[in-house]
Amino acid sequence: MAIENQFEYIKVKNLDEVFGLFSRFKNPVILAGGTDVVEFLKTGTLQPNVVIDIKGLDFLKDIRLGNNILWIGAGVTFSELIASEIIKEHFPVIAEMSKTVASVGIRNRATMVGNICSAVPCTDSGPVLSVYKANVITASQMGERKIPIEQWFVASRKTALFKNEIVKGISIQLPEKKQAGCFVKLKRYNGEDLAQVNLAILAFEDYSFRISFGAVAPTPVRAMRIERLINRMKIVPELMEKAKQLVEDDIIPITDIRATKEYRLHMAKVMLERGLNAALDRLNGGGPAYGTSVI
Amino acid sequence: MKKEISFLLNGERRTIEVSPSEILLEVLRDRLGLNSPKCGCDRGDCGTCSVMINRKTVRSCLILAIEVEDQEVVTLEGIMQNGLTPLQESFLKHNSFQCGFCAPGVILSTTELLAKNPHPDKEEIQEAIAGNLCRCTGYSPIIDAVIDLVK
Repeated sequence: MAIENQFEYIKVKNLDEVFGLFSRFKNPVILAGGTDVVEFLKTGTLQPNVVIDIKGLDFLKDIRLGNNILWIGAGVTFSELIASEIIKEHFPVIAEMSKTVASVGIRNRATMVGNICSAVPCTDSGPVLSVYKANVITASQMGERKIPIEQWFVASRKTALFKNEIVKGISIQLPEKKQAGCFVKLKRYNGEDLAQVNLAILAFEDYSFRISFGAVAPTPVRAMRIERLINRMKIVPELMEKAKQLVEDDIIPITDIRATKEYRLHMAKVMLERGLNAALDRLNGGGPAYGTSVI
Repeated sequence: MKKEISFLLNGERRTIEVSPSEILLEVLRDRLGLNSPKCGCDRGDCGTCSVMINRKTVRSCLILAIEVEDQEVVTLEGIMQNGLTPLQESFLKHNSFQCGFCAPGVILSTTELLAKNPHPDKEEIQEAIAGNLCRCTGYSPIIDAVIDLVK
């Protein structure tokens, strides 16, 4: 399919150049991996008059850990996250999630920052960044902003990013307490499918939990009621049943082409139970290896 | 707004004038005469348009041609410049393809896999080709061919 809308293409060499283009052009679009952007250009969802390619900005390719803060630059692809020793060792749920994103050919190109900028309800990055309490770092001519991930997702496909602002990367404080986690993704087949429901869990050594669901509301949602119920508790079968009941209060799934509301709700409960069990087993040194699907 | 770009295509430096809205897949097929990448779903789902950029498989239907300036692009034609590769021989031996529409993408995906991981297990092979849809042979003979080659 050809792109009908015509635009200028500029591959920038520094951020100042980006800001200059922001003031010169009315309707700019930032291009990193392009796996969403080029699709949106084809369908006409995006009709920019300039496409600003940031792949030449080497400083956006960093994955680094310093002063206990992880930095993931806006140019980092899912394949690079999977290959990173830092991610594998300290943030295994990010690696586990990244392996479920589409297929190798997409992951070689698609970036995590692009994923949260597209901000579709079924974003796989969203729930994981939510349980790690990530911050989104943006830049404009006015300076930088640090936006907590809960405030980042505003609505379906809407973020807190201002016009004339660009995302530089994502920062995450290394959790102080020992912890383990799990990412569970329900989909129809491997290789390309978007999530029908997804779920990220972190379980800490003091048995506090962070739980976030995706694809069951306009934005990723923290399951606060469930967290309050099970925090600092031993999850005996009766408590697990109560937690599963609370799923109905924490999420608001809809029926669409990928699944019905009823199926999503039912499976969210199954996923919660299996995800919690896997996270707790991993916390205690056992459980399935990261990257093994529990569903 | 057309721009002249230059890039390495199958080992050869090529220069071509493109407009920013031209898709890499269409430029490769319609203007540079390379027919191995094919248009299937045209939205990144099916893998038939796979090419390699800087030795990684990508979806040429989701890339602007202008993005590959100064990059290294390899298509199936480039992989087999010196004849069939051992991997292709193994696909032939196992009758892995019928219509062949998915073959270029599958060959590139498995070539990338073997470059990174010379002895993949069955699960790793399945994961590597999970983004390449095949409607003829049901994947088994494709996977068998790779297993046979690396055993």
